[in-house]
Amino acid sequence: MAAHRSCRPVWLFILCSFSLFIIAGSQETTVAPEQHASVLDNPQTAAETAEQTAGESGGVEERRWEGTEVRDAAAQKQAEPAVLQPTPQPKDDFQEELVVRPLHSGDIYASFQFRTLWETDFMRGNKVSHYRLFPKSLGQVISKFSVRELHISFTQGYWRTMQWGQPYLPSPPGAELWVWFQDSVTDVDATWKELTNVLSGIFCASLNFIDSTNTVQPSASFKPLGIGNVTDHRFLRYATLPREIVCTENLTPWKKLLPCGSKAGLAVLLKSEKLFHSSFHSQAVHIRPVCQDWQCKTTSWELRQTLNVVFDLHNSGQGKREWSLFKMFSRTLTEACPLASSSKIYIDITDNPEGEQFELSPATSLLSQAMVLGDRRTFSVYDLTQQDTFGSVRSLNLLIRWKSTEGDMLRPLLHAERYVAGYGLQTGEIHTLMYNHHPYRSFPVLQLDSVPWYLRLYIHTLTVTSKGKDNKPSYIHYQPSKDRVRPHLLEMLVQLPPNSVTEVTVQFERALLKWTEYTPDPNHGFYVGSSVISSLVPSTVAMDTNSTRERPLFSSFFPCKEESSYFVRVYTEPLLVNLPTPDFSMPYNVICLTCTVVAVGYGSLYNLLTRSFQIEEPSPGLAKRIANVIRKMRGVPPL
Amino acid sequence: MGLLSDPNRRRALINLLTRLNAPICGMPVEWLVKTMQARGLEVYTQRFSRTLPFPDENKERYMVKGTNVYGILRAPRAPRTEALVLSAPCTPGDNNNQAVGLLLGLAQYFRNQIYWAKDIIFLVNDHDLIGMQAWLEGYHHTNTTGMDWSPLQGRGGSIQAALSLELSSDVVTSMDLVLEGLNGQLPNLDLANLFYAFCQKIGVLCTIQGKLQRNDWDSVSGYSHAVQTMMLMVMKQASGRPWGDHGLFLRYHIEAATIKGINSFRQYKTDATTIGRLLEGMYRKLNNLLERLHQSYFFYLMPSLSHFVSIGYYMPAFGLLAVILLLRALDLWVQLATPPPTTEDGIADIDPGVLSVLTPLVISHLTGAALYMLPIRFQEMAVEHFPVSETEAVVLTAIAVYTAGLALPHNTHRLLSGEGTEQGWRVLKLVALLYLAVLLGCTALINFSLGFILALTLVPGAAFVTPHVPKVLSAFVLVILSPACTLLFSVFFFQELQEMPVSFLDGWLLYLSVISQGILDHFLYGSLVYPLIALLVYPCWLLFWNILFWK
Repeated sequence: MAAHRSCRPVWLFILCSFSLFIIAGSQETTVAPEQHASVLDNPQTAAETAEQTAGESGGVEERRWEGTEVRDAAAQKQAEPAVLQPTPQPKDDFQEELVVRPLHSGDIYASFQFRTLWETDFMRGNKVSHYRLFPKSLGQVISKFSVRELHISFTQGYWRTMQWGQPYLPSPPGAELWVWFQDSVTDVDATWKELTNVLSGIFCASLNFIDSTNTVQPSASFKPLGIGNVTDHRFLRYATLPREIVCTENLTPWKKLLPCGSKAGLAVLLKSEKLFHSSFHSQAVHIRPVCQDWQCKTTSWELRQTLNVVFDLHNSGQGKREWSLFKMFSRTLTEACPLASSSKIYIDITDNPEGEQFELSPATSLLSQAMVLGDRRTFSVYDLTQQDTFGSVRSLNLLIRWKSTEGDMLRPLLHAERYVAGYGLQTGEIHTLMYNHHPYRSFPVLQLDSVPWYLRLYIHTLTVTSKGKDNKPSYIHYQPSKDRVRPHLLEMLVQLPPNSVTEVTVQFERALLKWTEYTPDPNHGFYVGSSVISSLVPSTVAMDTNSTRERPLFSSFFPCKEESSYFVRVYTEPLLVNLPTPDFSMPYNVICLTCTVVAVGYGSLYNLLTRSFQIEEPSPGLAKRIANVIRKMRGVPPL
Repeated sequence: MGLLSDPNRRRALINLLTRLNAPICGMPVEWLVKTMQARGLEVYTQRFSRTLPFPDENKERYMVKGTNVYGILRAPRAPRTEALVLSAPCTPGDNNNQAVGLLLGLAQYFRNQIYWAKDIIFLVNDHDLIGMQAWLEGYHHTNTTGMDWSPLQGRGGSIQAALSLELSSDVVTSMDLVLEGLNGQLPNLDLANLFYAFCQKIGVLCTIQGKLQRNDWDSVSGYSHAVQTMMLMVMKQASGRPWGDHGLFLRYHIEAATIKGINSFRQYKTDATTIGRLLEGMYRKLNNLLERLHQSYFFYLMPSLSHFVSIGYYMPAFGLLAVILLLRALDLWVQLATPPPTTEDGIADIDPGVLSVLTPLVISHLTGAALYMLPIRFQEMAVEHFPVSETEAVVLTAIAVYTAGLALPHNTHRLLSGEGTEQGWRVLKLVALLYLAVLLGCTALINFSLGFILALTLVPGAAFVTPHVPKVLSAFVLVILSPACTLLFSVFFFQELQEMPVSFLDGWLLYLSVISQGILDHFLYGSLVYPLIALLVYPCWLLFWNILFWK
């Protein structure tokens, strides 16, 4: 029984970290599918849900995984306090982890998460001046601009849902920024403007291009992920820059926010020449207030830095289906970050329970299970705070070697794509396709579209069809654009029937811009940001009606509530739309022509007008002059 | 570049090509899907079906069903906003196997590279142009021709440029560039320049209109060679049909060209690897483009690959032709404005004048409409009553309606107004001249070659025809210069230019098939030449015919 109790917190500990980012959405999950009225007033805190779920699933896990690895875990738990002893006042805490998911295509997905928790209060006029683990630059931003929550992501590439499954943290191509301000802020727009400029400096990105023409206030799609009861969307600002190019200059300031920098711990793997030699790269910063403990008496600030990267087999594999830390990052691990209270590597081995798909070396006996995106996943865990993880060579180079090329992925239940239809430069049509791959359950999705003003949406042409039938959205929030001031905002709650494609179409007209409004490369086209699809998707575990699975009968009749659905956000691809573009060599021709006309036409006219004309006496001929001389001599008037 | 330097890749490509020498076309869809998937592409298929308005005897097809297969190479770290297309038509028989093989070889090589910034779509289209039309309509979700196709599952954003590949053997002597697209549209000249530059760099012989470039511009033979090349381009452009699979892309503002491998008896041969290098180079260049190709000309004629005649040079020639019409019209206007000195009933003539203008206008346009509609409508009836096939029925009906039109309306103005008057034919001719000027002007802006050829043949007749010229001779000249005869001469002229002269009988058969192809192009791809001739040019010509027989 004692062993039983001791393992319980460990499981909590491991699962907590997982469930937190799943649950990050679960706040919204409760929100999204319901009617908008209830959406708006849902003060339930994420942290509470997080803790509950963690507790419950922890309780479940503990019973199922009592066997072998409990003792390891227990041993590890006993070792941990010893490490943490020297910091007696843990008001702030740093955790780092790396999740590696081998993909069926032979690609590999690596997701870093660094979490800094700090029990402090930036609000209510507190001057916080002593910073330890929390980066000062961000702390100052939070307190100066009264930020409640800040989410910023920089992504290069598009997440291929159908090949890679759902990402742990979705993000649209380019830059995305959404911020909840405190309700004490009076002029939200001005604060937002200033904030984007400051963030632009911190992250070395073009966030200063965020202005009123690409900022919207979604009414339902983006809810606070941390605690707090402000759900008035007047305090929310959302903007994307789909054209933003993400590169090393954005990675460096992001790495500087880490307590260990890139000197120690998992961050040594973040070498830009490898991270940008990949199929997908996304880095993000999430700041939110969370509960410190079960009762939520004190709040603390959570800074979560994430970096997701997918490496491509064909580009770097030389045909061999194998991956190692060295091959991915050209580094191996030798130590954890000394400031970190936990430093772990998780390898997703769900599809590989008996090791028939791939081989993992060095092997680990430590296993962990978590509900990730509605699916129960199993992970091998490498704890970097344990010296024996590194073995005798004092360095950890995980190796994943595939044994077979077969195996298929569970198709993601929700998937969306978007394109522009039609031809010519006058009108067009935006098509958004949303796929529900669930065999028998329908679920609602919340679609958010923010379209720049220069595509004039004909909102009366909006149609939503699924399975050939009209599918009337139960909630539409539309804010028309104003030329050169604000974009279109369209939010819809649509029910997706099971196993169907729902098509949303809306026609638009392409505006003719003023000639100074064109970008320097107008023939490249203009970007329209991704549309955001948020949904509570029925869980794949709940979908599993396979009765041959070994499960107690009493557990399998009613679907378990926690597992019945999970929150997913899917971003579609951004659009590139060509607008009618004048021939910009024409002004040059016009200038040349005008100059000629001015020089020749106006010049001669001016000449004519300003010159004074005098009649010139023709000089008399020689004979006349002689005659005049003679006449003068004779005293007669000259001729 | 990499493709040649790596012996393994080279061997793989050669293996693939040898494998493909066994006939695969007839679209082995599963094999293509599997092969593309093995190369790491996202593969999708599209089914389509189309029933032609009447059987196409050249290609022997009537009810067309097919499947397009395409694989998308996703560019690393690109957000799916831009794409390039490489297509190879998979024709029945093994005409284009090498192109499909090269396409797959390139796909494999391209897939392993990190530098792509745009997605690359490798498309193998079934039933050449029909498949391409289905794919493009599916990609852009439009339906202009009433074809049935299944919606596309995967896309790569807005397509920036496309190349279509046609190879009939694994060694070629030269590469031919085809530019003329639907309705005489041309891709940006920079695409041609790109091809030429890479051919020069790699040392591949390159041609346009199947004609090599000569360097002796100042000699008579060199000059006539260049003129021949340019005339071929004019003829092809005037036909308004897509001369390769690329032709359909141009409607969607996608710069596209077809590259054809030509295997002649020349000694010097180029193998598929070199063509692969050529394509690799072109795709890397296109990949690096920030904007669509737009810097260079869209309106040009090419006497050789390295020279072009821009719109600024050729448009004045057309302008001079058109100005004849305007001057004639001005002359008539002045004549009409000054009252006739002898009789006093000039004013009284105006009323029947207006009617005498309207009637021929209406009747000749109705004839035009009949020419447009009847051939398709009456094909079944014609097949029942005459021993001809559907295609022949359509073509012969068209010719019959055309000829009937000559007999019908030339004295119709008398239906309503009795005797025609001097004033009457002047007003009619004034209207007809202005009509023709506007018509030709618009045509020349859209498709210069067509406008120019029509102007060349129609303007002399239009300028000189009056009721007072010798009837038989003028009628003969007018018929010779009518649109149908122009087409007949163009067929012979085209064959002559291609150095493949035909006998009169063959030429006549060719003429019939050209008419049927023109009608098919209209219904299948939306080519505008047939309706333009039938609904506008022919009625306009009938007006002049009417004036000649004015009584």
